[in-house]
This record gives sequence, C-alpha cells and structure tokens, in this order.
Amino acid sequence: MAIISNATTIADAGAFSVSLGSMVHIKTITLSSAAANITFIHGTSSVVFNDTYPIYVIQLDNIRTAAGNVQWQTTTDGSNFNIVATNTANVAEHSENDSSVARIIYSAGYDVAQGASPFLFNINKGGINTGTDASGSGTITMFNPSSTTFCKHYLARINSMSEYPGSTDNFTAGYFNTTSALTGFRIKEVNGNNILSGSMKLFGIKDS
Amino acid sequence: MGVISNGTTLLDAGALDSGVPTGAMTLIKTLTASSSATLDFLNGASSVVFDDTYKEYLFKFINIHPATDVRNLTFQVDTGTNTNYNQTMTTTQFNAQANEADDSTGLGYNASGDQAQGSAFQSIMDRVGNDADSCVVGTLTIFNPSSSVFAKHFMATCQAEQTAESRQFFTAGYVNTTTALTRIRFKMSSGNIDSGLIKMYGIV
Repeated sequence: MAIISNATTIADAGAFSVSLGSMVHIKTITLSSAAANITFIHGTSSVVFNDTYPIYVIQLDNIRTAAGNVQWQTTTDGSNFNIVATNTANVAEHSENDSSVARIIYSAGYDVAQGASPFLFNINKGGINTGTDASGSGTITMFNPSSTTFCKHYLARINSMSEYPGSTDNFTAGYFNTTSALTGFRIKEVNGNNILSGSMKLFGIKDS
Repeated sequence: MGVISNGTTLLDAGALDSGVPTGAMTLIKTLTASSSATLDFLNGASSVVFDDTYKEYLFKFINIHPATDVRNLTFQVDTGTNTNYNQTMTTTQFNAQANEADDSTGLGYNASGDQAQGSAFQSIMDRVGNDADSCVVGTLTIFNPSSSVFAKHFMATCQAEQTAESRQFFTAGYVNTTTALTRIRFKMSSGNIDSGLIKMYGIV
C-alpha cells in the first residue's frame, strides 16, 4: 500500500519514495580501550561494504597512538589484510614555534609502491605528538570498492598534531591494485602498537 | 501504530524505523550575507547546533562576494560565552594557481597565511576580488569541536578567481584548546561580505 499525501507518494513497495538524504551512516566504532586496530568487515556487525553504495566515506575522529604513524589496509577475504597499493603522499606542515618547519613537500618516505600498508598519517615528521590532546582527524573516500573490473581508488586528507609539535595536513591518494572486490579494511599503528583511542565512522553515498 | 509497506516497517512508535537508511548529513543553518560585517554561528541561538550533537561540522561557502577588492575570507572560533574570537591556532596553508593567459602557474606554501600559536582570524582564501563575477567557494570541516580532551582539527579547501587567475587554497590546523568550542565567526579581512551563502551541516 502506498502512502500518498497531497498527491505525492511518500512511500511505496516497502521504501520511502521521497529523499531521506544521500549520505547514509552505516557504522561507528569507538574504542573503549586501546586496541591493535579498528576493523570494518562487510556483513559483520551491521557493516555494509559492497555494491550497495558506489562511494564510501570513512571518517576518523581523534585517532591517537602513543607516537607512531597510522596506516590502513584492505582485504578481499575478510581475514588477510594484504592487498597491495600504490599511492602518493604529500603534506603541509608548520610547527608551533614557527621556525622548525613551514612548508609543503612530497613525502617519498611515506608513499608505497605495491605495498600493503599505505600511510594515512602522521607523515613526514614522524609520529603524533605525545600530549593527551594530540590526535589525527579526517576522512578517506573510497570509490567503488566492490568493482571486479577496476582497481580501487581512494583519497584521504587528515590533519594531525605532530611531534615537533605542530600541524600536519596529510594528503594521501592511491589505489589498491586488485580487481577483486574489497570486503573490508582496517587502520593500525605502524609498529604494531595499540591505537589508544578514537572513533571511525563508515558512510555510504547513494548513487540514486 | 506502525506503517508497514510491502512487509517492511517504515514508521513506528513516532519515528522512522531503524532499518530505514536516512541521511547522515543534516543541514543546520543557512546564513545569507547582505553587506554583512560578520556571519556567526552560535550554539543555541537561531536554531544553530554546534555541540556534541555531531562529531563533524561542515561549512559550505557559496559565491561569497566581498564588498572590498582583494580581501581574505577568514574565520575564528570561541568558547563558552566568550566573544573575543581569539583562540590559539597552529595552521598550514598552501595554494595552487593558474591564470587565464596560461603564462603563470604555481604551487607553493603560503607562509603569510599560516599561524604558529596565533590568535588571529585564520584566512582560508587569500585575496578575493570584488569584480561583479568574482567570488569564493569552498568548504571548512571542523572535527569534534565539543571535545574536552583534544585540540580541534579543521581542514578547508577554497577556490576563487582573482585578477583573471584561478586560485585554490588548502588550509588546515588545530585550535589548540581542550575547551569545547561554542561559536564560529566568518568575515573578510576587512570590509563587508557583500553577498553569498554559508551553509552549516552536522554529520553524525
């Protein structure tokens, strides 16, 4: 039965006909204690990461480590996070003392060429500041992760408080070099230490 | 009474059913400039929400036109009931530009647009022209402004035309306070905002 108001069909056939917004919140994971990684797997714990949406946005809020850089990894089987990527990495960085650094630079030491763990932050100047108010926040946009034709492109921009201390505007982009559908992803600290705190949100962007 | 269509519950108990995919990005407020000295978004005033309701706030700048030529679009924030708009920031800024004659291009760090523990209004678009067809567009995202633990990170990308040149500015940084932000102000470096829209969204 359709729901019709003032001659406009509001809902029909089990779905709303009117727009309820194109950016759909899928899942939030907030660490209640330090953990080795934050992981999203399609079909697990209400996570959707397949062809339901052509674009996924991953929001990182106040991700904090003891000091180490943060990388991300993807999987096609839900257990092996080993899909190789090739990416670029550049940063704008500026120290609080206004003298240590103020520049934009390509960070060759933090890109990967067919590597399985591309960096997200903190790039170029080493780790995150160790103060309790230090963290990194930003977004990753992943395009068509379920494609069986194309490699999987992403764009990321994350701002972090770096060890100098100062601000680092981390730009990374690249592709996971597989034509298999991705089924999940995770972030981790570069040396395998725990992520101390933070949250990640997964959104789907509708195409119709 | 629930509303069930084709076996799917759409509405129940006074709300959309939890299984209905709904938008995660909510328009909070639109401000329209009209020879405005400032455009302010203040939590709790004029339907503005700028607290822990959302983890991320997105501002969109649509055709911001300065009254005075060659002025910067800037912003600052404040806490509690303070209205000084002078929170400490450390920021970065770089830009790319290319002119219509195709004889000048560039990419570089903009040291005059960053701050090192400064409290000035932060420029997010440099030298906007006031020709009739000149304006600035772009976005500013602020993460978790109500946190009482972390510094408040932000990122902006803006685009403008100035003296027959396309210019894109990337600005980012953090407001170096662990006190919750309650308000944000936008203004030109001098002179009014002649016209344009600033839209504020919350993202769950």
